[in-house]
Amino acid sequence: MHIEVKHVSKTFGTHKAVSDVSFGIERGKLIGLLGPSGGGKSTLLRILAGLESPDSGDVYINGKRVNDVPPQQRGIGFVFQNYALFKHMNVYDNIAFGLTIRKADKKEITARVEELLDLTGLRGFERRYPHQLSGGQRQRVAFARALAPRPELLLLDEPFAAIDAKVRKELRTWLKQLIATIGITSVFVTHDQDEAVEVADEMLIVQQGRLEQQGPPLAVYTAPQTAFVASFIGHSSVIEKPQLLRGFEHRAELNGGRAIIRPEFVEVGREREIAYPSAAAKGTIRHVFFRGAHLELDVQVGDNRVSAYRSLDQEPLKPGEEVYVLIHRLYHITDQSAVMLENPLKVDPLPVHI
Amino acid sequence: MAGAITTHLSDKASIRPKHTNESPVVRVVLTVVALLFLGLIVVLPLASVFVEAFKRGADVYVASITDPDAVSALKLTLLTALIAVPLNTIFGVAAAWAISKFRFRGKNLLITLIDLPFAVSPVIAGLIFILMFGAQGWFGPWLDDHNIQIMFALPGIVLATTFVTFPFVARELLPLMQAQGIQEEEAAASLGAKGWQIFWRVTLPNIKWGLLYGIILCNARAMGEFGAVSVVSGHIRGETNTLPLHVEILYNEYQFSASFAVASLLVLLAVLTLVVKTFVEWKTAQREPDGERSGEQHAH
Amino acid sequence: MKGSKARSVLPGFGLSLGFTIFYLSIMVLIPLAGVFIKTTGLTWDQFWNTVTNARVLASYRVSLITALSAALANLVFGLLVAWVLVRYRFPGKKLVDSLVDLPFALPTAVAGIALTAIYAPNGWIGSLLVPLGIKVAFTPIGITIALIFIGLPFVVRTVQPVLQELDNETEEAAVMLGAYRWVTFRKVILPQLIPSLLTGFALAFARGIGEYGSVVFISGNMPLKTEITPLLIMTKLEQYDYAGATAIALVMLTASFLMLFIINYFQWRSNRRATTE
Repeated sequence: MHIEVKHVSKTFGTHKAVSDVSFGIERGKLIGLLGPSGGGKSTLLRILAGLESPDSGDVYINGKRVNDVPPQQRGIGFVFQNYALFKHMNVYDNIAFGLTIRKADKKEITARVEELLDLTGLRGFERRYPHQLSGGQRQRVAFARALAPRPELLLLDEPFAAIDAKVRKELRTWLKQLIATIGITSVFVTHDQDEAVEVADEMLIVQQGRLEQQGPPLAVYTAPQTAFVASFIGHSSVIEKPQLLRGFEHRAELNGGRAIIRPEFVEVGREREIAYPSAAAKGTIRHVFFRGAHLELDVQVGDNRVSAYRSLDQEPLKPGEEVYVLIHRLYHITDQSAVMLENPLKVDPLPVHI
Repeated sequence: MAGAITTHLSDKASIRPKHTNESPVVRVVLTVVALLFLGLIVVLPLASVFVEAFKRGADVYVASITDPDAVSALKLTLLTALIAVPLNTIFGVAAAWAISKFRFRGKNLLITLIDLPFAVSPVIAGLIFILMFGAQGWFGPWLDDHNIQIMFALPGIVLATTFVTFPFVARELLPLMQAQGIQEEEAAASLGAKGWQIFWRVTLPNIKWGLLYGIILCNARAMGEFGAVSVVSGHIRGETNTLPLHVEILYNEYQFSASFAVASLLVLLAVLTLVVKTFVEWKTAQREPDGERSGEQHAH
Repeated sequence: MKGSKARSVLPGFGLSLGFTIFYLSIMVLIPLAGVFIKTTGLTWDQFWNTVTNARVLASYRVSLITALSAALANLVFGLLVAWVLVRYRFPGKKLVDSLVDLPFALPTAVAGIALTAIYAPNGWIGSLLVPLGIKVAFTPIGITIALIFIGLPFVVRTVQPVLQELDNETEEAAVMLGAYRWVTFRKVILPQLIPSLLTGFALAFARGIGEYGSVVFISGNMPLKTEITPLLIMTKLEQYDYAGATAIALVMLTASFLMLFIINYFQWRSNRRATTE
C-alpha cells in the first residue's frame, strides 16, 4: 500500500468532521473522494496533506508514519479548490515557486518549468498573470505548480468546482489522461458523482465523517453496501411502503422497511410495451420531465411514487395517463446494509419449450 | 483618502491552522511589541492629558474649564461646528449620491478633487482664505468699504474649518453607497416612489450608521481644528479663540494644568467619536453576518 | 465608467451633481486657485529667492526628513499593528482596534501638548532618556514622534482590510510547495500587501509634511534646526509677509498634489487588479 489511513478521527468544536476512517490506496491509483458537502471529505484530504492533524489515528506514506512530518516535508502536491495561485507572480514564477524556494539549480528549474508548460499546454502563457487567464488555464497552472517539485502524491480539492460546466467535461478527460501519463498516485475530492464515476479508478464514499464504501465506480454502483451509498449513487426514488409494490407483496422482510428504486430498474408503458405484464402494476403518470437525452416520468403506483426513464423514440406519455409499471428490482434498505431483491414474478408469461 | 476607515474586525482571519500561523513565541512577541508601541505612542499621551489636568487638583480643573475665556472658546467652537458640519453633511450626501448612483464622465477626477483638502496643510488652508478675504486679499478692499469682517472673526473661522473638514462625510458615505449599488433604489422607483421618497425611505435607512459616523468624525475634526483656524482667527481672547487655540494660549503662558484641563474636554470628544465608530461598526456587522459558508472548506 | 450620462430611473442627478460641483468650487477650488494667482504677483527672481532662502531650504529638509522617517516607522509598526489585530486573538482587541483611530479623532493641538509633556526632559519618558543622552522633545526626533502619532491610522487602516481578505489557501499553497513561515511571509504575503503599504505610507507621508498642530509644541521651533515648513509659513503670515508665505505654500501644495496623484494612481491600479480578478 502506498498510502494507509488507520482509524483517523478529527473533531472541530462539537462537529465530528472525520470519525474512525481507515483505508488504503495502491500506488498509481486515481482515487475519487466522494460525498455530500460538509461530509468530511476536505478534512480528510487536509489530514493526508498534513494541513490538519488528526485527533487520533495514523497516516502512513510508503509504510512510514507521517503524523509528525510537517506538510512541507511530506512530498505532496496539492491543488486547491480556488487554485490559490500567487496573484503577484506570473505563470512561470508560480510553477517555479516550489523549486525556487528549495534553492534548486536555475537550469534545472527552467527545464522542469518548460517541461510542465508543455505538459499542461500552457506554453506561450509564461508571462501572463493569473488575472489574465481563464478558469481552465488557472487550473492547469495550479496543477503544474503542484507537480513541479515532483511529489509522490497529488491531492486535488474539488478541482473542477470553479469551472464552467462546458469546460469541465473537457478538463476531466484531460486530467485523467495526464495523471495516467505521469503515473502519480492521486486523490481528488468531489461532491459530483458523475465526476467521480467518470474520472476515478476507485471511489471512497464519505458521509458524516464516516467511510461508507470503497471500490471501483462500477462495483459501488451495482453493489452498494450501505443505505447511504444506494441512495447517494445514481438517481433513485425512496419507497416508504415497498411491501405494496407488485411482485414484492410477500417479502416479509419488507414490512416496515424502506426500499430504493433506480429509474433504470423500472419499466413504464402501455400494456403491449411491457415485457412481463403479469408482473406489472397499474399506475398513473403524474409528471413528465424532459431531461435532454430522455424523458423522466414521475409515476404514482398505489401509495408509492417512482421515477422511470423513457426513450424519446417511444410514443410519448401524458400526465394523467394510466400505465403499467414493472419494478425489475429494488434495494431493500436496513440500518446498515442494502440488499438487492429481484422481482420474482418476472417469468415468461408463455413459456415456449423447444 | 483618509475617510472610509470602517473595517470589520471579524474573527475569521484570526482562527488559523498551525501551518499558516506563527509559533506561539513569535505571536506573543509580536503582540507585545505592537501593544508596547501603541502604548507609547497613543495611550500614554492620552493618559498624560488627564494626569496633567488634575495635577493641581480638581479645583483648578473646574476653575479652568469654567473660566469665562474657556466658556466663550467652547461656545465659539460649538457654533463653528454647528455651521460647518451641516454644510459638509449636505455636500457629502449630495456628492455620494451623484457619484454612487449615476455614471458620468470625470467621476474619478471628481473623487480626487473632493480629496484635495486632505492633501493641503492646515496652515495653507488658512492662508488661502486670507488671500481672498484678508486686508490685502481679492475682496479685502471691498469688504473693508462695506465694513464686513471675515478674517479674524467668526466667518473666517467657519470657512477655514469647513475647508479642512470638507471631505469627511463624503468619504465615509462613498464606499458604503458604491457597495450598495442602485438596485434597491431602482426597485423603489419601479414601485412608484418619487425622488425624495426614495432617498428617505430606501437610501437613508441603508446609510444611516455610516452617515452618523461621518458626521461625528467631521464634527470632531471641526471642533479640534488647530492650524487653519490659528491662521484666520487673530487670537482675540474671549472673542475669536476656539478651544484648541485656547489650549495653545494657556500652554504658552505656562498655565499647564489649565491648558490640559481644557484639552481634556477635547479628548472626551475624541473618545466619544471612537465610541460612536465602534458602535456603528457593531451595527453594520450585525446587518451583514459573516455567514458565507461555501462548501465544507469553511465548515470548521 | 466612460459613457454619457446613462439614462437612469433615479432622480436628482442634476441637482446632486450640480450642488457638488458648485460647493466644491466655492469652498475648495477657487480659494486654492488664489494661491497660484497671488504668487504670480511676484517676479520669478523674487519667487525663487523666497523659496530657496537658506532658512526655507532648512525647513524643507526638516519637514521631509521627519515626515519620511515617521512614515517609514509607521510602515513597519503599522503593518505590525494591523497584523496583530487581524491575525491574533488577545483580550481587549476591540479596544485596541478603536485606539488606532484616536490620532484621527484627537485634535492635533492636544496631541502636541500631550506628547511634549511626555517626551520633554522632565516628562515620563523624556526623563528616562536624559541619562542615556537622548533628547526627544525640541529635536527632530520629537517632530518624528509627533508625526508617527499622526500617521499611524493611515497605514493600519489601509493595510488591515487587505490583510483581512487575504486568502488562507494561498498561504497553504506555499506550505504545500515546501515554504516555511518566513519564506511564505516574504514571498507570498508581503508582495500582496505592497500596494496597500505604499498607499498607507504615502498618506502618512503627505499628512506628515503638512502637519502643524501636533508638531509646533514638541519641535521647539528653532530656525534651521527644528523649524518645519508649515511653521515658516505661519511665521511669515504673522509678519504680514503674505507674498513670501504664499510662495512657500505654492511649493508645498505642488508637492502635496503630486503625492495625491501618486496615491490615487496606486489605489486605481490595485482596484483595477482586484476587479479584473
